[in-house]
Amino acid sequence: MAQRIKNLLPKNPDKKFKIPDIHKKFHPGNWQVDVDLRDFIQKNYKPYTGGKDFLAPPTKKTLKVFKQVKKLLRTEFKRDGIYGIDTKIPSTITSHGPGYIDRRNESIVGLQTDIPLVRAIKPKGGVQLIDSTCESFGYHLDPKVKDLYTNVIKNHNDAVFDIYYGWKEFFTPETHKLFRSKGIITGLPDNYGRGRIIGDYRRVALYGIDRLVAEKQEELNEQCTYMNEENMLLREEAHKQIVALQEIKEMAATYNFDISRPAEDTKEAIQWLYFGYLASVKEQDGAAMSMGRIDAFIDIYAEKDLRRGKYTESEIQQFVDDFVIKLRLVRHLRAPEYNDLFAGDPTWVTCVLGGIGKDGRTLVTKTAFRFLRTLENLGPSPEPNLTILWSQNLPEKFKNYACEVSVESSSIQFENDKLMRPIHGDDYGIACCVSAMTIGKQMQFFGARCNLPKLLLLAVNQGRDEMDGELMVEGVPKLKHQKPLDYREVKKEFFKLMDWLCRKYVETMNIIHYCHDKYNYESAEMALHDLKIHRFMAFGVAGISIVIDSLSAIKNAKVYPIRDAKGIAKDFKIVGEYPAFGNDLQEVDKIGEEVVKHFITCLRKYPAYRNAEHTLSLLTITANVVYGHHTGSTPDGRKTGEPFAPGANPMHNRDKSGALASLNSVAKFHYEDCRDGISNTFSITPSTLGKNNTQRVENLRGMLDGYFSKNGFHLNVNVLNKETLQDAMKHPEKYPQLTIRVSGYAVNFIKLTKEQQQEVISRTFHKNF
Amino acid sequence: MTIKGKIHSFETFGTLDGPGIRFVIFMEGCPLRCLYCHNVDMLDMKDYKDMTPEQLFKKIIPYKTYFQSSGGGVTLSGGDPIMQPNFVVKFFTLCKQEGIHTTIDTSCFTTKETLDRLIPVTDLWMISLKHFNETKHLKLTGQSNKPILENIRYLSKKKANIRFRYMVLPGWTDTFFNLRALKKFLKTVRFKLIELLPYHTHGIYKWEHLGLKYKLKGTKPPSENSIRKIKKMLEKEGWKVMINE
Repeated sequence: MAQRIKNLLPKNPDKKFKIPDIHKKFHPGNWQVDVDLRDFIQKNYKPYTGGKDFLAPPTKKTLKVFKQVKKLLRTEFKRDGIYGIDTKIPSTITSHGPGYIDRRNESIVGLQTDIPLVRAIKPKGGVQLIDSTCESFGYHLDPKVKDLYTNVIKNHNDAVFDIYYGWKEFFTPETHKLFRSKGIITGLPDNYGRGRIIGDYRRVALYGIDRLVAEKQEELNEQCTYMNEENMLLREEAHKQIVALQEIKEMAATYNFDISRPAEDTKEAIQWLYFGYLASVKEQDGAAMSMGRIDAFIDIYAEKDLRRGKYTESEIQQFVDDFVIKLRLVRHLRAPEYNDLFAGDPTWVTCVLGGIGKDGRTLVTKTAFRFLRTLENLGPSPEPNLTILWSQNLPEKFKNYACEVSVESSSIQFENDKLMRPIHGDDYGIACCVSAMTIGKQMQFFGARCNLPKLLLLAVNQGRDEMDGELMVEGVPKLKHQKPLDYREVKKEFFKLMDWLCRKYVETMNIIHYCHDKYNYESAEMALHDLKIHRFMAFGVAGISIVIDSLSAIKNAKVYPIRDAKGIAKDFKIVGEYPAFGNDLQEVDKIGEEVVKHFITCLRKYPAYRNAEHTLSLLTITANVVYGHHTGSTPDGRKTGEPFAPGANPMHNRDKSGALASLNSVAKFHYEDCRDGISNTFSITPSTLGKNNTQRVENLRGMLDGYFSKNGFHLNVNVLNKETLQDAMKHPEKYPQLTIRVSGYAVNFIKLTKEQQQEVISRTFHKNF
Repeated sequence: MTIKGKIHSFETFGTLDGPGIRFVIFMEGCPLRCLYCHNVDMLDMKDYKDMTPEQLFKKIIPYKTYFQSSGGGVTLSGGDPIMQPNFVVKFFTLCKQEGIHTTIDTSCFTTKETLDRLIPVTDLWMISLKHFNETKHLKLTGQSNKPILENIRYLSKKKANIRFRYMVLPGWTDTFFNLRALKKFLKTVRFKLIELLPYHTHGIYKWEHLGLKYKLKGTKPPSENSIRKIKKMLEKEGWKVMINE
């Protein structure tokens, strides 16, 4: 074996590592020489094409731990969603001592703070927001912390506003209000952690911390050429990463684990990678803190342990269950306003399962089944956000099991492996809902989203905000054709405005991510990346279906603006009917394709920070309700304040030609234009999906195969009756685990606000009769 | 002369009318007048679009991938498509050329000549059995059951693929006599499956909306227990039975 490794020796002859014994037990490859997780997986994993029969029920230990968890969760719900806040100790990798739920029965350990569910403060993102958040939940931020992060340590939020300050573009032209408060670009990560970065947590398990530190040192040494800005930045970051790695080791030591060495069995592999993840969620509270792709990796250890009789199937399931329990307990401190945008306290511990490798072998392993099984062993749950990477060629029995679990739990989502694999390879994961990135090699600068219907209304209102009449942009002409509106004229002005907005949008993002890198750098997550990585800058659009329908209405019916004294269109009268998005009508659906293409083309015109590649998503999270609030009546007939449809969904109840027509319309958006994902949330009543459970599973599988072969990108599936949701609104105590998919993630239904619950209920539920 | 079909409406994601995912086309017009009809708005050929078989075919093609992936296809329902045989034959012929599975949902109240033309292009016949007593059948549907039963025997002889649907209507079709007659008849024909349809009142609003008198008012849906009993009774004979909610 030694000979074979020698042949693989690296470009750098000085790089020599002693091969640990555990590595000799696996099939060798480049992974022994370089940090190369994909190589390790490809050389060692065992595809599984069998069924679910091998799976084990929860063990007594798991049930004991979970009983405690349920008690904790009930208390948290009773305390309005906050179990407790540690207002004194700013959270870092090593800030809090070890925490346990039921130490005797836990097989995987580690909590963010020393008490389960207690939320920590992370003031590097912005101390003001933390201060006001603590107050709104009846807590008081420690004055010393407040003083330190206000007067001594500069935070991300301060830095961003230093740069915004006095930048004309970021203020309205007449009254000089902050542009960001007007609701055209919203959810900007300028006062909280940006998230959407996935550490390659498997590295901790495969190599152990010491090797990773040595590798990082190696990478650091490569940046010893001319000290220009780029190299200096990289060197500084590499150092921060090395420090983080050492801290992860220290943190693990407080739980009595020595993770300087590689993991040696399944339990250790899960524990080691969880320490990597735990470090990330102790250091950062980014919007989405996702897990990545760990199923085939863990399975390699599981197969080895089963073979040599070290663990039984039941024990391995217990490790997976206990690990998933930990992921369900991840908590961040969120402001109440944040909950309006991202409802239900999500953390997006997105974990992809399945997929197909480049060589055509399936990446489905028994461990993919084991993760799905947690939804049965522990009941439905929004977290971790289990995401099936779907392909026609997935093993039939895995497809069936995934569909079965989906029908039962409404807790998982499906994404199209065929679209992502050619771009990201076969070792990518999903951050948040629909953002693909190669694990450890790519990251993204998360960029919230733009309210596109509001932009369309600026074109109709001479650049004035339709809600308060304030001038937002100068130079938008008065429309010549008012009675009715003229399609070509409106479209022309709207497209011009997209260009205006995109420049502002890219510049704002550049500012935010420059400051975030500088003042709130994710050292733990980035330590588990290569030093030199590919960066995306991920922009977003909300309300695409309203824009399509509005333009279709102007084109195919007669739309008359009803203007107030100031000349602002407060409403629209529509004479005649218009074909709406969501009915598989080419002439309507292509309007959407055109709008999206123009938007991303405009974005690409403006260079992004650190040469990031521009991408775009059609995704709203649950902000579609808030966007509705801030948006006046639109030419499609939607009234002021009414919610948008989520993601790329057709507007509620306008997709009248049945479920498949609706899917086909959404499938027409091109992934090449929306490389940050196209979200589609689909709700269907059980009796419409099929007569009995077997048929429901078969029909769902058939529907997914069909949708994805038509290049659909993503599907959230809810199999529910409206009546169940209505009952849950009235009697939340009866439904502690009722989970529904919203927009790229799942939520506990009872954690939504009343208004969000109403909106979910008003969505199109595909049903017969 | 071009053939035109009178089409009432579509459902792109049909899961109740045949195997797999189905594009269901509801056609206008029906030879029967069942008292419990839940598509009473499709009977009188008033509210419809005219479409050629080619136009309809173009409409279903975007869903072919779903048919393939789920083992589904198209289903003509209604109303009763058998009222417009020329259209059905042409449309099904186009489907067969594309390898798309075809199902007709019908009462089978028609002529042998029509059956002969439909048999080669119809993959599955879903036939509703109404009542075995002639007088009751007349009362319930407005037509005789003789040609229907004869046609079913004929289809069976021609080895057509048949599924039956049997509406369980309390006081009408769940009686001892009728169930005995049902069993007796089923023994004379070849079929794959019988679906039991518990009577429901979802269609009443359409009657009210059209200003029609709903004569079965007050009839309650059958109990789960009674449906289960009928299912057991039929399964005893070795037939495949399914309850269609």
